Amino acid sequence: MSAIRLSVPATARAGEVIELKALIQHEMESGFRRGSRGEIIPRDIITDFECRYNGETVFRASLFPGVAANPFLTFHTVATESGVLEFRWTDQDGETWSETADITVT
Amino acid sequence: MTTVATPRIDRRALLKTGAGALFISSIPIPASAAPEDMQAAVKETFGDGPIQEGRVALSIPPISENGFSVPIEIEVDSPMTEADHVRRIAVFSPRNPVSTLINFELGPRAGRAHVSTRIRLAGTQAVLVVAEMSDGSLWSGAAETVVTLAACVVL
Repeated sequence: MSAIRLSVPATARAGEVIELKALIQHEMESGFRRGSRGEIIPRDIITDFECRYNGETVFRASLFPGVAANPFLTFHTVATESGVLEFRWTDQDGETWSETADITVT
Repeated sequence: MTTVATPRIDRRALLKTGAGALFISSIPIPASAAPEDMQAAVKETFGDGPIQEGRVALSIPPISENGFSVPIEIEVDSPMTEADHVRRIAVFSPRNPVSTLINFELGPRAGRAHVSTRIRLAGTQAVLVVAEMSDGSLWSGAAETVVTLAACVVL
C-alpha cells in the first residue's frame, strides 16, 4: 500500500561517494492531533529505517513524531562493489516495507 | 429618583483577576515541551559528556511557511574514515511535544556525513543538531527558523 520512491545511481566508479534518496508514503500520524469530535487520533508512525549494501548496514535512522509525513531521507554511501541496495522501513507495530535497487560498480 | 445598584469593579478585584489570568496563562500546555526537556532528551541520547560547538552545519530555511514539513540539511565535518568518522547525528527541538526529532546512525561506509530530511516544527525555534564522533566526542550546531504555520496548531 505504501508507495516507495528511491533514487539510486545505476552505475558508479569504485570508491565513489554516491547520494541515495528514499521516500515512503506514510501519514506519520503524530498522536497529538485531534479528530472532528475532539478525540485524539492514535499515533501511527514509522520508527526505523535501514539501508543495506549487499547485506551490510550502511545507514540507519530512528524516526519520531517530529518527522514530516511521507518521510524523505537523503544520505550517502561509498560504492564498493556491484550488488543490491536494500531499503527497509519498520513501523511502530513491526510492520515492514522494503524495496531494492541494483547498482553496477566499475 | 431611585438608584440602580451597579456591580462595582474596584481596582483590587481587577488586579486579582488579572493576576489569576496571568498565572493560568503561565501554566505550560502539556503537549508542548520546554527547552529543559530538550536538554533531557540530549542527555538521554548521548549521555552527560561535554558538547562542543562546531563541526556541525545545519541548513534550515530562515522562514518556514509550513511547520508540517520543514526541509533540513546536515553536514558534519569529518573525514569519514575507519579511524575517524561520525557515529550518530540527532536532531532536537526545544518546542515540539517530543524533543527528539530523528536520529541517524552512520559509519565509515557512509563516505560523507551529509544527511537531509523533512521535519515538523511546533513554532519558531532554534533547532539543535548533535553529532557523536567515533572517538566519543560530541559536537553541536544550531539554526533558527521562523515558523509561520506551526504543526500541532490544532491541539
